Amino acid sequence: MAKNDKKVLGMDQDSFRMFMGKYGIGIVLIGMVIIISIMRPRFIQPTNLLNIFTQISINGLIAYGMCLAITTGGIDLSVGSQLALVSCILGQLVGVKNMNMVLSIIIALAVATAFGFLNGVLIAKFDMFPFVVTLSTQLIIRSIAQIISNGQAVSMTSSVFKSIYSGNFLGIPRPIVYLAIVVIIMYIVMHWTRFGRYVYAVGGNVNAAIASGVSVFWTKTLCYTISGLLAGLAGLIFTSKTGAAQANIGVGYETDAVAACVLGGTSFAGGISTAPGVLLGSIIIGCIYNGMNFLRIDSYYQSMTKGIIIICAVLLDMVMNKKNR
Amino acid sequence: MAENYILECSGISKAFGGTQALKDVQLHIRPGEVHALLGENGAGKSTLMKIIIGLYKQDEGTITWNGKPYQARGPVDAINQGISMIHQELNPEPHLTIAETIFLKRESTVGTFFLNKKEQNRRAEEVLKKFDFPFGPKTMMKDLTLAQVQMIEIIKAVSCDAKLIIMDEPTSSLDSEETEHLFRTIRDLRSKGVAIIYISHRMEEIFEICDRVSVFRDGTYVSSRDMDGVTRDELISMMVGREVKNIFPKVDCPIGKPVFRVEGLTGKGFRDISFEVHAGEILGLSGLVGSGRSETVRAIFGLDPLESGKIYLDGQEIKIKNPRDAIKRGICMVNEDRKGYGLCLQRSIRENISLPNLPEKQAGLLLNQRREKKECQEAAQMLTVKCASIEHTGLSLSGGNQQKVVLAKWIMATPKVLILDEPTRGVDVGAKSDIHTLMCQFAAKGMAVIMISSELPEIMGMSDRILIYHEGRLNGSVDRSEIRGGSVTQKEILEKEFGGK
Repeated sequence: MAKNDKKVLGMDQDSFRMFMGKYGIGIVLIGMVIIISIMRPRFIQPTNLLNIFTQISINGLIAYGMCLAITTGGIDLSVGSQLALVSCILGQLVGVKNMNMVLSIIIALAVATAFGFLNGVLIAKFDMFPFVVTLSTQLIIRSIAQIISNGQAVSMTSSVFKSIYSGNFLGIPRPIVYLAIVVIIMYIVMHWTRFGRYVYAVGGNVNAAIASGVSVFWTKTLCYTISGLLAGLAGLIFTSKTGAAQANIGVGYETDAVAACVLGGTSFAGGISTAPGVLLGSIIIGCIYNGMNFLRIDSYYQSMTKGIIIICAVLLDMVMNKKNR
Repeated sequence: MAENYILECSGISKAFGGTQALKDVQLHIRPGEVHALLGENGAGKSTLMKIIIGLYKQDEGTITWNGKPYQARGPVDAINQGISMIHQELNPEPHLTIAETIFLKRESTVGTFFLNKKEQNRRAEEVLKKFDFPFGPKTMMKDLTLAQVQMIEIIKAVSCDAKLIIMDEPTSSLDSEETEHLFRTIRDLRSKGVAIIYISHRMEEIFEICDRVSVFRDGTYVSSRDMDGVTRDELISMMVGREVKNIFPKVDCPIGKPVFRVEGLTGKGFRDISFEVHAGEILGLSGLVGSGRSETVRAIFGLDPLESGKIYLDGQEIKIKNPRDAIKRGICMVNEDRKGYGLCLQRSIRENISLPNLPEKQAGLLLNQRREKKECQEAAQMLTVKCASIEHTGLSLSGGNQQKVVLAKWIMATPKVLILDEPTRGVDVGAKSDIHTLMCQFAAKGMAVIMISSELPEIMGMSDRILIYHEGRLNGSVDRSEIRGGSVTQKEILEKEFGGK
């Protein structure tokens, strides 16, 4: 007798809510693509789509690390300067000292991973606030990058190194391949492994996780370590893209990563996120940049648009997921 | 309207999505009566209360308050109209003082903006005195016990001039003495003409304190009766719609070798505790709330540190630094704080059940999800968890079913020693008896079960042996045969809990 008889798009209201709660972000994305495509048909062409995916690869990698941090109830603000650090280490080792490239890359990634581990230990062992810890390490890491580069940009002209970004694999730009691999691995890690379950448990209810025998220390530490590694990979790709190692790159990149997570349904309260969601979030961010260039909107307006879209998306999510009352 | 009612709810219906939570229910409250509301979890009691205080809006039906149509826009609006609710789970703001808590949102001010703390403390002092509250208005909320926090809530309601106070399971975390104190307060309020809706699963209390009772079943109204002339069995059969013969289905099973032994355990809140548990035995820990029972088992399980003492499992001394050590050795614990230590409510039932058991579900690097699903499904079925699917979140479950999920996760771990701290607190009659039956099954499988309960009948009905705590120390033990034979009664156990010999 108390049925909700209002119909929306041929569904009754409750199932509409459920549907939107689950696929709302996807629908936002499709809507965006349709609108931009109508205004600029070239937007939907395969070359441009490949372009978008290539552009989002860097943010996508960072976003997956960020997603782990946020899911445990924290945040990793140090990712932007990790990019700079990796870039400067590569600049010194490959560009200046002419060291073996593979070895240099391994060293650079190891350093980024180590800083991620440091974040994790400080947060998990000493129970410090993730925001404060990563805010501080962000400053430290950026400073180290400036020290080792002495503020000088080093150009990385090796064609092999540049092909890390510009190369193709079966006709697909390499960055997309990297992103695809990371998405698949992260999907498996988050949803098919013990570690993934522990991440959700620690983020969902840390006391229940402890009482169920989960090691909160290792779970959190590993999350930040992975975040460090992924940020390092992003730094490698970025350096290869620009062909220059410099200490001032990656500023503000944590914002885009957080934005991708939030758009993808990652809850800041912890314990809720999905791997496909983060990818969707990254794609939306990519479409905002790319689409606005297509619509020839001044870049000054881009950040504003991003902010507005994030608020709207989260608001939509809140409204749709709100319990019927 | 022949009779004079202060609150009249008629024809109330409410649906959440596809589930009909309330169907055409009524509730009539007279001024100055203590009215019990009975029903299993999910019977719709809480939903109706939330409608009354304006947290939900009914789909159909009318509410009349003091003869006028009533609709609260929210709890604050309800309080302003004279209806206060004291929730089962109290959420005090730990850094506020008592006075600040009582006068929250209606502070004494100078002008519009500035607080008048002096005046507020004076007014608080006045009301506190009326209730003989042992602390001053400047005491911080974090320094109070749960019972005292609850008392403050009641004082707050009274100071708001409430004409109707709804109490949801008010005694669930109180010991016998505190309960007695609460009852004195309730009687006092009743004599002042305040009506009280009393929700509880404890039959004894309802008989002791209530004047009338309304029974709900599956979202429908069954009937209202005067407490005089209604029997316990009648009420229970009204609730479940069938006769419940034995409330405590304790099945005796052979008691085997000693499995678990502690010696001289000392920690925060308990001193020099020694006992042993045998396979197949249910050991009851009885005592007043705060007497050190929960503290002891928390330390055994590795949640709190031990100062001294030894723990033996199968005759071997073991060290337990954290719950992981305990679980590895086969010692599992259902915590009294279900929301805090039991479940990740926003995750699925399946994930919750398998959380402590994931190492066994490992297939190489990944989880064997098919096996996990199958085993969780079986565990949920064995424990009769009422859910549409194990993929639903814990939030979708009632309290009793959440507790069953907590049990399910430990049963899957097949423990040697199972510690149950208040396993049936806030759980409806049906689920309660399910849990009791399960406890017997666990014991029959050869587990050593340690149970803590603040309900004496439960302890006496379920335990093979009872250890009685008094102020952090053991003060005697009782065997099942003594209870059976009638040589030990509730009164005697209670006396020991209060320190008697």
